[in-house]
Amino acid sequence: MAESDRPQGAEERRRIFEREIDRLADRLYGTALRLTRDPEDAEDVVAEAVTRAWSKLDELRHPDQFEGWLFRILNNTFVSLWRRRRCRQDRETELNLSEGEEDGPAPFSLFEQLHQPFLLWWGTPEKQVLDGLLREDIQSALDALPDAFRVTMVMVEVEGYTYQEVSDLLDIPLGTVRSRLNRARSLLQASLWERAREAGLVHGVRKPRARSNGGGG
Amino acid sequence: MNAQRIRCEEVIEQLFEFLDQELDEDLSQRIEHHLKHCRDCFTRAEFEKRLRERIDQAAETRAPEALRRRLRRMIEEF
Repeated sequence: MAESDRPQGAEERRRIFEREIDRLADRLYGTALRLTRDPEDAEDVVAEAVTRAWSKLDELRHPDQFEGWLFRILNNTFVSLWRRRRCRQDRETELNLSEGEEDGPAPFSLFEQLHQPFLLWWGTPEKQVLDGLLREDIQSALDALPDAFRVTMVMVEVEGYTYQEVSDLLDIPLGTVRSRLNRARSLLQASLWERAREAGLVHGVRKPRARSNGGGG
Repeated sequence: MNAQRIRCEEVIEQLFEFLDQELDEDLSQRIEHHLKHCRDCFTRAEFEKRLRERIDQAAETRAPEALRRRLRRMIEEF
């Protein structure tokens, strides 16, 4: 047999690892894609995370926590790739926005734009819009967020990390996690509002409030 | 018991942290209690929950077959 070089236990361990990675591949890739926005980068992040996971497998004390452990490695792999790239390319869209960039215009709420209080049950304009938006609309709205905001939001809303965990993963203060999350949600909801309007999903609904950056003359 | 009432504005202000399960138990329970009795806030909470589900679903993507092959090859050599 080709596998005869490996002791039986080691071979079994490798097989279990392979099965688990195969089972989680879609979620690993989907998460990496939302974090990186780039299919090739996402594949590289997954591949590197899997390599790291294998090399650290002895550190995993509770096999039933494999999944959470693996996703943490995926996130750490992404963060280090991102930092490396930032140093190399001096990209503007990096993890550490300056403080001023965290504050933006007043928060935007999709619900407030859509909700008509005189209608008695939800199942009304806001439900129509939520159900009418395509997965692609939501994906592209997420992808359009500045990196720091998108990553924070994906970690909290998609991956379910606590604010403290995100603070540790990204090495940023807890208050920054909160402010990025608020900005991310506001930007995402404003973007979904625009997409819903372009898609003709919003009918008979009041116009959006004037935004503070409107200006003009 | 947490008899102290919480107002709609406070619920809306804390809604995301409530949904993120970042609030302490006492405040969470007061918000839950409020949501059971206030249709406006309940409607809004349901909307934000549903939007969150849509965002979560948007993150699901099938791994390309090339990536699966690459992972299998890698693991084969571990």
